[in-house]
Order: sequence, then C-alpha cells, then structure tokens
Amino acid sequence: MSEALGRRGFLGLAGVAGLAAITGCGADGGAAAQPTQGGRLRAVYAGGGAKEVLDPHVQSLFVDIARHKAIYEKLVELGPDLKPVPRLASKWEHDGTGTTWRFSLRDATFHDGAKLVAEDVLYSIARIVNPAVPDRVAQSSLATLDLKRSKAIGPATVELVLTQPNAEFPALLAGIGTQIVRNGFKDPAKPVGTGAFRYVSFEAGRSMVASRYDDYWDEPARIEELHILSADSEARANAVQGGQAEYANDMTATFARTAEAGKTVRIVAAKASTMQAFVMKVDQAPFDNPDVRLAFKLVADRQRLVDVVLAGRGEVGNDLFGKGYQYYPADLPARERDVEQARSLFKKAGLAGKEVEIFTADASAGFVEAATLLAEQVAEAGVRLKVTTGSPQTYAKDLLTKGAIGNHRSGAMPIPQYVTDRLLSHSPFNVTHWRRPAFDTAFAAARAVTDETERSRRYGVLQKTVRDEGGILAWGLPDYLIAVSSKVQGVQAVPPNTLDQGRFDKVWLA
Amino acid sequence: MRSYAAQRAGLAIVQLALLSVLVFVLTSLLPGDAADLRFTETLSPEQVAALRGELGLDQPPVERFVHWLGNVFTGDLGTSLISGGPVADIVRNSIGATLVLTLVTLAIVVPLAVALGIVMGTRENGRVDRTITSITLALSAIPDFVIAVVLVAVFSLKLGWLPATWIGGNLLSSPALLILPIAVLFGRTVCLLSRQVRAGTVAALNAEYVTQARRLGIPRRQLLLRHVLPNAAVPGVQELARTGDTLLGGVLVVEAIFAIPGFATALVDGVETRDIPTVQGLTLVLAIAALLINLGADLVCNRLVPRTEALR
Repeated sequence: MSEALGRRGFLGLAGVAGLAAITGCGADGGAAAQPTQGGRLRAVYAGGGAKEVLDPHVQSLFVDIARHKAIYEKLVELGPDLKPVPRLASKWEHDGTGTTWRFSLRDATFHDGAKLVAEDVLYSIARIVNPAVPDRVAQSSLATLDLKRSKAIGPATVELVLTQPNAEFPALLAGIGTQIVRNGFKDPAKPVGTGAFRYVSFEAGRSMVASRYDDYWDEPARIEELHILSADSEARANAVQGGQAEYANDMTATFARTAEAGKTVRIVAAKASTMQAFVMKVDQAPFDNPDVRLAFKLVADRQRLVDVVLAGRGEVGNDLFGKGYQYYPADLPARERDVEQARSLFKKAGLAGKEVEIFTADASAGFVEAATLLAEQVAEAGVRLKVTTGSPQTYAKDLLTKGAIGNHRSGAMPIPQYVTDRLLSHSPFNVTHWRRPAFDTAFAAARAVTDETERSRRYGVLQKTVRDEGGILAWGLPDYLIAVSSKVQGVQAVPPNTLDQGRFDKVWLA
Repeated sequence: MRSYAAQRAGLAIVQLALLSVLVFVLTSLLPGDAADLRFTETLSPEQVAALRGELGLDQPPVERFVHWLGNVFTGDLGTSLISGGPVADIVRNSIGATLVLTLVTLAIVVPLAVALGIVMGTRENGRVDRTITSITLALSAIPDFVIAVVLVAVFSLKLGWLPATWIGGNLLSSPALLILPIAVLFGRTVCLLSRQVRAGTVAALNAEYVTQARRLGIPRRQLLLRHVLPNAAVPGVQELARTGDTLLGGVLVVEAIFAIPGFATALVDGVETRDIPTVQGLTLVLAIAALLINLGADLVCNRLVPRTEALR
C-alpha cells in the first residue's frame, strides 16, 4: 500500500470533481486559487445538546466526529471511494491469511510533544473494546481482535491479531470511534491527540474551539483557529448566509436552491454519496413472498421520488448500497419501472386490492414524503399502501420490530461494513430481516479472501443476490450537501465519513 | 396579609409536588427511554441493554421517582442520563441566556406598556387610542416565529446589520445578539400588557371615586398618578405574571430560531433524548419561578389595592 491514494481512489476523486465541475458546484478548481495562511473558520453541524462528547471512542454524531477529527487521528481513514487509506499507519501488511496484521506508524507527535508509539495504539484499542464500558461505538466492529496476542514489535510497529481472518480489517480501523489516544488516556475533558488542531475549549451542544498545531506531521493547517459549532438546520442556514459561519454541514436541497441564487454562499455537493431506501422484512407477510418484493421494486417510480423527495439532488438507486464505492458491482443493469409486471405479480401473490401498511416517521428528511409518494405509485398497480407515522426519536429501534415495510437511509461506509451491520443473520441493524446462513458463510469466506480481485468478484455475486431477492428497495442516492461561504477554498466534494470530508487542515480563507 | 402569603405558599408546595409527579408520568409515557434512543447503527442491542442497566433504567419507575424526590429534598437535582453530569449544571448553563432575554425584554416592555396603556386609556376611543389599538392588535395576531423569520430575513440576511443566530457568539463581546430575539419577544408582550393597562385606566377613570376626586378639583397629573394608576395597574400586574407564560412560549420559539442555548432549548433536548432527570429538574425550576412570579403579582396587587383582600 503506497502513501498516495491508490489508482482507484484517484479516479474516484477525479470523477467526483468532474461531476461537480459540470454542475457548477463542488470541489474548488485549485490551480488558480493560491492557499493563504491564517484566519478563523467556523463550521456548523447539527447539534446533539448534552449528548455531545469529547471522548473520541463514544462519538456517533457528525458534530462529534468533526471535532474529534480535528484533534485526533486514526491509523487508517477512508478514501473518496470508501477504500482504506493510510493515516497514522503509513503502511500495513498481513501474514498472507488476513489474521495477523502489522502496521507501521508514522513519525507523528501528540500535542504535548510525546512521540506516537506502538503502546499508544495498543492502549487505544484496548480502551475501545473494553466490555465494561458499553458506550464505545467500535466495540462490535472490532470484536474479533485478539488483544492478548496483539503486541508492539518496536516503537513504530504494532502487530494486531484477529480471531478469524478478515481482509477488511484496515477498513474496520477506519470506522467510527477508532481514534488513537495517548497511552494512559483517562480524562476525555483534556483531549491530547496527534491531529492538526489542538484543543482549546468545549461546551456540549454549543461549540468547540481548537487552534492550529504547528508540529502536525502532515503539513500544518492553513487556518489559525477552528470553531466547530452546533445548530439545527434552519440556524445553520442563517448562520452561513448571515456571515456567522463559513461552513455548514448537511444542508437541505431547498436551502441549496436558495443559496445558489445568491453570491455569498457556495454549495459543495458530494454526488449520490448516501442512500435512501424502503426496506421490506423478508420474513413477514406479504414480503415473505419474493414476488411481492420484486413487484414493489418494479412499481417504484425512482426518478419521481428523486425529483420530489430529494428535489432532484441525487440519482436513482439500483436496490443496492454503495454506488461508486469499492466493491460495488457497477455492471448490473438499472432497474426499470414496469407497472404491468408489478400488477401481475401482485395478482399472482393474491395481493391485488389488498392493503399493506408502511411504517415511517419524521426521523430523517423526506421519509414521510417518500412513503406517501410510494403509496401513490403502488396504488397504480392495484395495492393500497397505508402510511403509519411513528415517533422520530425511536425510529431507528422501531424499524427493527414494527411494520413490514419502512424507510431507511444510510450514510457512507465501506460495503463490507454495510453487509456486516445489516445483512447477516446476527447483524445488529438487520432491518430487512435478511437471514440466510448460506449468505453469512459465503460472506465470511469472501471477506477472508486476500486477493482483492477475487474478493471483489465474490462480494459482487452476494450483492446481486441481495439486489434481486432481498428486501432493500434503494430508490435514491442523495447528494450530500455542504454550504460554504464564498471565501472558503479547498473544501472537497466527498462522501461523509471519508478522510477529506470535514477536514479543516486543508481549507483556507481567500 | 401575612396569613394570605402563607396560605399561598402552602398551595404552591402542593402544586409543585403534583407537577413533578405529572412531569415524571408524562415523560415516562413517551415512547422509548434514554437507552433506546442511543440505539443507532453504531451501538449493538447488547451494548444498549448494558447501558440501560448502567443508567438505572431497568429499575421500576416508582423507585426511580422516589429516588429522584429524595435527592431533590437534599438539594440535588440528580444526574443527566445523557451527559452523565449533574442536572444542576445543565440548569446553570442554560438559565443565563433565558434570564437575560426575559429580564431585558421586561425592562423594555413594562414602562412602555404602562405608558402606552395610560395614553390609550386617557384618550378612550380617540384617534390615538384607535390607532395604537389597531397596531397592537394586529401585531399580537402574528405568530412569534413569523415575526422572527421576517426580522432575520430583513435585518440579517438582506441588510446584514444584525447577527441572525447566537451560533458561536457570546453576549459580552456582541450585545447585538440580543436585538432581534428581544424584538420578537417584545412585540407580543407589549401588546397584551398595554391593552390591560388601558382597560384598567378606562375602568378607573370611569369609577365613581375618580369623578368625585375630579369634582374636588384635584389636578389631573396628581389624579392620574395617585388615584388612577394604582387601580389601573392591578390587571396590568396580573397580566404581567401571565406574560411570564407567554414569554416562555415566545422564548421557546426564539431560542429555537436564533439557536440560543437557553432553558427552552435544554428542555426540548431533554424531552427528545428522554433525559427524565433533566426534564424533571428544568420543569421544577421553571415551576418554582412561575409560582414565585404569580405569588409576587398577587401580593403586589394586594398591596396596591388592599380592598381586594376582602373580596377573596
């Protein structure tokens, strides 16, 4: 693994930038704009009130992730195509089976001047997986780590051992809540990391202030001071338009349209980088019948859903997660709408004229609208869809148990992680109840294949099965929208959860 | 007077007790608990279950309530289920902004409303009275959030004169943050209050004793200040206490629109995250404040016009 982005990564980035150029919004040109030094950047994210934390291993909100990213770093990060790229680990290799992994550490220093060593990595990982503390988010994804057999090979090399082979291990180290802290780190209120910014102050639900760390290993930041602030969507819009912030995360399509009409704010759109879907529980009537699942996939008017629910800011989905990411089977034909075939499938399943209930909630922008629109479309094929709206706060949990069909959205993550979290028999977030032992076995086997081409081929086969037989009706791939003040340069149009998203050491104020 | 105050204070304690039971029951009835809400794609069901145990949410509700009540009597508002820190900290951190907003609003509203009310009342049905009445009625009919959105659109986004939100700001360095929120809160309260003062003034001016005083030749200025105002103020003071409620509703809207980290924001957050101890603590403090204001208002009225005591 080289230090530069792999070829695939580069092409992915170029593709995104190219698209952005065509639509006139997105990554900055670069060539003409000469980076300048200094200044203060204020970035606003959706807040979480008292829920916000400084502890990087407890994070789950975007605002927390952005704060921790400024101060801390991970061994590995994700590139624009969600493929692992080196960060604190400059390179890695495994024993040939994907069970024992060696990571070489970069010559980095913590904000207190201490050098990053293997013990820091071992301590951080032990802290994350400590079962006595249930709120460490990466606990289940790193569950196969064998702590006892993992060890330091020298100050700059660490060996991590797994209980079972996993070729995707580096990607797991790039997941949420996997930051490297100092050996002996106890008090999250005094954050000391290796990141581009050093901690100044924090108030949960309001703000974090950080200042440039001059000895940062990867070229010190251009801006002097970074404020990461919390506010809801409306206030974010007002702040970035009114000049109280220079960067606003996760904006609505409606706002983007208004903003683009003016001159003060620019929209940076990561094209089609997340997923909106309907999920059908494959073990519940009527969706236990594959014909009904297929009929729903055929009857959905994807383009109309994208036009209405996403205000056109996105692409149609092909019933699969992860378009544009590593391992996505891009050669599958797009699903075309076919109301007649859907009608005959409904008739065959004995569902014609019957009523099905869709469970939704105002948990995410567009959920209820999408459900209502789907009801209209399904009615065209002779089935009534009754929209039931639940509580937005508990929707994530309710979706697992309530209703036979509901709304689902997913942010960016590597495809194998999506499968692990949602499509295996014991997945914690298996919203479609897709439980097939043969699928589990085939996936575990594929994940252990160390040859990337062969692994990719096997993943492709599994994904095709999910697309054709599974319960995911992925209708839309929304753009991820960020608003920046027109004087901010260097903001990349990349999916959320990737290295270059919300990365403030590379931006500058013109 | 003293026995009246004692009686009212006793009633207040009963009200507080009932309120805290009610708030506890209502928040417990909300779907999901604080652990459920932590369930996202990142925490496994096992982790959530462990968390529930850690937060004590597996205890029976009655036990949790009694525990909370016991703490309150020792002056401890309990621990937030979300932040893990003391609820008292959340109260302390959020009360400042709300207090400043409320007090500054009242400091502007009260003198202005009294002045407007007297001007209107002394010119009953005259041109001035009708003009002010129309304006205040029209203003009070517009919802707070509409006023807020319009003010932000004009003065922040269009003209760029005033900050649109409190994001990243602080009052000491930029007092201008207060202007728009207070403008919103000001509108409705001044309208309601001035109308009450006007009504009181009209009633007092038409009262028998004022006619008598006039016959005795008491100068107009003295008549207004000594005889009309105290009587006219009674509905005003009562309204002022009620303004507290209106103001709170307004503050809720204003805090949301301007991203003000105040009491209302903390309360909404608490409800949304099912952080019951925090919701309990915040409502208790609010309830005590409301009771004190109402008690104060009653005592003031009692003092202004002592004969009202006889009527009770």
